[in-house]
Amino acid sequence: MIDSDVITCDLTVIGAGMAGMAAAVFAADTGLSIVQIGGDSEIGFASGLFDLLGIYPVNDRRQWNDPWAGIESLIRDHSQHPYARLKTEDIQTAFQILLSFLGDGGLPYSRHLNRNVTIMTPMGTLKTTYCVPQTMWSGVEALDKKPSCLFLDIKGLKGFSARLLAARLHDNWPKLRTARISFPGTGAWGEVHPEHLANALIIKQNRKKLAKKILPHVKDARIVGLPAVLGLYQAQKVVAHLTELIGVPVFEIPTMPPSIPGLRLKEVFERGLREKRPHYFTKKRVLEISQRSGDMFEVNIGNQTKGRTILSKGVILATGRFIGGGLHADRRRIRETILDLPVHQPGSRNKWHREDFLDPRGHLVNQAGLEIDDAFRPLDKNGRPAFSSLFAAGSILAHQDWKRTKSGVGIAVATAFGAVKSFVHLCR
Amino acid sequence: MQVLNTQVLIIGGGATGTGIARDLALRGIQCILVEQDDINAGASGANHGLLHSGARYVSSDPDSAKECREEAVLLKRLAANCIEDIGGLFVAVEGDDENYVADFSHLCARCNIPVLPLGVNEARELEPTLSEKLIAAYLVEDASIDPFKLSMENISQAQDLGCQLLCYNKVIGFDKQHKRIRTTRLQNKLTGEKFIIEAEQVINATGAWAAKVAGLAGITIHILYSQGSLLITHSRLTERIVNRLRPSSNADILVPGGTVSILGTTSIRIDDPDDVYPTVEEVDSIVNEAAAMIPALETIRYIRAFAGVRPLVSSQSSGDDRSVSRGFALLDHSEEGLENFITISGGKLTTYRLMAEKTSDLISIRLGVSAPCLTRTEPLPESPSVQWSEPALAPKLWLKHHEPEDILLCECEMVPKSTVDAIMDSIRKQHGQPTLQAIGLRSRIGKGPCQGTFCGPRTTTYMYDKGELPLDRCLPGLREFLRKRWKGQHPILWDRQLIQAEILEAMHCGLFGLELGA
Ligand SMILES: Cc1cc2nc3c(=O)[nH]c(=O)nc-3n(C[C@H](O)[C@H](O)[C@H](O)COP(=O)(O)OP(=O)(O)OC[C@H]3O[C@@H](n4cnc5c(N)ncnc54)[C@H](O)[C@@H]3O)c2cc1C
Ligand SMILES: Cc1cc2nc3c(=O)[nH]c(=O)nc-3n(C[C@H](O)[C@H](O)[C@H](O)COP(=O)(O)OP(=O)(O)OC[C@H]3O[C@@H](n4cnc5c(N)ncnc54)[C@H](O)[C@@H]3O)c2cc1C
Repeated sequence: MIDSDVITCDLTVIGAGMAGMAAAVFAADTGLSIVQIGGDSEIGFASGLFDLLGIYPVNDRRQWNDPWAGIESLIRDHSQHPYARLKTEDIQTAFQILLSFLGDGGLPYSRHLNRNVTIMTPMGTLKTTYCVPQTMWSGVEALDKKPSCLFLDIKGLKGFSARLLAARLHDNWPKLRTARISFPGTGAWGEVHPEHLANALIIKQNRKKLAKKILPHVKDARIVGLPAVLGLYQAQKVVAHLTELIGVPVFEIPTMPPSIPGLRLKEVFERGLREKRPHYFTKKRVLEISQRSGDMFEVNIGNQTKGRTILSKGVILATGRFIGGGLHADRRRIRETILDLPVHQPGSRNKWHREDFLDPRGHLVNQAGLEIDDAFRPLDKNGRPAFSSLFAAGSILAHQDWKRTKSGVGIAVATAFGAVKSFVHLCR
Repeated sequence: MQVLNTQVLIIGGGATGTGIARDLALRGIQCILVEQDDINAGASGANHGLLHSGARYVSSDPDSAKECREEAVLLKRLAANCIEDIGGLFVAVEGDDENYVADFSHLCARCNIPVLPLGVNEARELEPTLSEKLIAAYLVEDASIDPFKLSMENISQAQDLGCQLLCYNKVIGFDKQHKRIRTTRLQNKLTGEKFIIEAEQVINATGAWAAKVAGLAGITIHILYSQGSLLITHSRLTERIVNRLRPSSNADILVPGGTVSILGTTSIRIDDPDDVYPTVEEVDSIVNEAAAMIPALETIRYIRAFAGVRPLVSSQSSGDDRSVSRGFALLDHSEEGLENFITISGGKLTTYRLMAEKTSDLISIRLGVSAPCLTRTEPLPESPSVQWSEPALAPKLWLKHHEPEDILLCECEMVPKSTVDAIMDSIRKQHGQPTLQAIGLRSRIGKGPCQGTFCGPRTTTYMYDKGELPLDRCLPGLREFLRKRWKGQHPILWDRQLIQAEILEAMHCGLFGLELGA
């Protein structure tokens, strides 16, 4: 590490959520030198599922089997949607690169290339998604084929009831049974936390003990589902080992946050990128971006104690929405927090949210965000790119509602790819 | 169809209805109380919780002022466990009407209401968050009252004395015969089941719904509906209640309670008491106005808004605003040809006991019962199952006794599963069906900063696993719970609460797809 207060690189990536991480992966892949800054993101909450496009139009609750056809239909109606600025091949390439990066890091994902899948959520609803961690894949298949199956939950693990899940699926899946086990070594504890369980399962001995608890319940079950706490790292290995010990395939069921599959993503991104981008600041925030001389950006980062400056040709703003901190709202308006870029937003606060939380049309505040050109450059007041090589990606972008269209990770990854591609193009 | 019999049927489970139930039960009169939703579902669960010293009304309505004064003194003695006697201030700031300020202490004296003038600096020493632009301050004997505890303790004692409580049962009609209500028709909101009650006397204590219910019996009451909205702050800003010293207007009152404060209110005319909804405009006007009194209210975090309806009962049929009575209305419908039907509406929480007494007096005369009213002298006993709504109680008990098994279902407000168990138990004992909504009403669940995001699904799965919640009430119950919480959230969604709302929607729509139904 160069211990200087100024770092020079090709591209500064601001944000360490799905969009920022994906952008770092894509940029590193093309050989650019990068610096990344970003703290807590939505990944810590997220389920680990990668949605691409599940529902559109939201008001009709139309579900798409083929996400590409869904995207086509969406961008036909909404030319300003971030997906409308991308070619299908680009989104496909983005997913390919990302999934192989994750696979190399020990976190393989599974999907059908051109088909969405259905997976059960911790509340027993069925969700349309695109890619799932491989440790969840047998669950996706089981939901389809409905073999004799056992769902297990864990004593003291809040918000996860195997019985509720099974009861909701039971009508179409009669051979579904449930049982509750206590996690080895937690007998005296009331509450068990997902992180503790996931950590414990990194150790082989604990897996054996867990298998012992599971075995008596297996009986005629051909497959066993457990909450997604099977290993903080290398979940693939943990699941394979448990499968071997129990004798039937084991799979994971998503949980509510805090979610272990989210932590796994974070870990794999950080480990996999460590060598490719030596400068990664998780405890500092970007305070200011300016472009004083020539084409170089000056990005000032800091915390209470110390600041630093990054000089780079390009900047990708992947700072997220309100959770991530890229957008902030006071009583009167929504702002972009670093550069005060214009934010597309409904006129006044009484239009931000609908009176009914579950209004099928969705809340207008979710459509707020940065407007961009076809090269993913945020626009200034006059509708022109604010800077020639400032790009934006991820949930901060306007004209999308990922929560309702089920497209969170899809938008983050695809737009990160688009932004990096534009930067590379510009450098040439 | 099931038929129940009783001496007196009380319709409405707010402060007034539960107060009547206790009063009648103490006189040895047998009664059934029916409530369409749950205890305090109406104005009694959507108010400031201010036990008025009376000072607020000295100028506009001296009779109400005196009534409040007398009742407040009584209640502080008899219902002490529902009251925090924290005192109050009346303050004026630059720009407020100086004539009103000048007349204030004299008007209070005329109504026998004690006030103590304070120097401006003295007041700011007592309450450092007050504005630098203070021009006058008075100390008064305001107190805060927990309306939920109050109603629950009233109904608990009534139940101990034989009164029957039927929640989630709505009155949908009456059958009349010979100038009397012969039967009252009801429908259970959860099961859809219909049944009837035969009572000698029927009391309509439905507050803002009084005209609707009386209408079912063919009687016209003219009521104007005034919606008032309130905001809950994330932290407590003052030790005492702070009133703005000026003619009643928006955002005049800040009532601290536990670790939060309640700020309000507004007054907007609405057409239907079922259409009550705090709006963005009201919230903005409350914050803008109140910041003049306490500047920190501009920047503090708000966790929720809520709204209630004040029924303004007109004594004449003219509907003219000026003829509207500000006190309560006890309407004897024998004048309109129904001899066993009474309506009691309007008034204040502070005067609920008096309203109950007057109503019960009339009923006693009609029934020929000579037992006197005891609520003026008998203290309101504390009931253990009522305690859980007190903000700090669940955590206190949890820290003291907690067994390792006793998991916290709500982490914001530290509500453990033992509390949920105790509440489910008491609901079962009252022949009710525990729902997430009912647990939320009786505990702090859903009331902290996360507003149900996490505790909602956790409590649902917990209740299902215990066999207390049928499958077909799990997701519908969660949806209903979140929708209700949302009503109070949507007008205050900026800054940190907007982040919270984003997490809420990401989880419940993004992941669970609750908006997709089924
Ligand atoms: C509860 C929940 C469940 C979800 N479930 C799913 C799902 O099932 N399927 C799916 O596809 N998606 C899901 N997602 C959504 C998905 O995770 C998000 O759409 C996606 O992560 C958006 O990522 P982002 O990178 O744009 O923003 P964020 O994740 O918010 O990241 C923003 C980043 O910017 C950083 N930042 C902000 N300001 C600054 C600054 N000044 N200086 C430095 N850094 C800064 C933040 O620290 C953070 O690292 C879920 C999200 C949540 C919250
Ligand atoms: C915003 C606001 C702030 C206030 N602040 C204060 C204050 O600080 N101090 C104070 O003293 N007073 C205050 N008040 C006044 C006080 O809240 C009310 O006077 C009091 O709560 C009225 O109680 P109630 O029982 O008469 O009516 P409610 O509490 O409204 O009870 C009526 C009940 O009848 C039920 N019902 C309706 N129709 C039917 C049916 N068909 N079948 C069965 N049940 C039915 C309803 O569900 C409801 O629970 C405030 C009022 C408002 C609106």
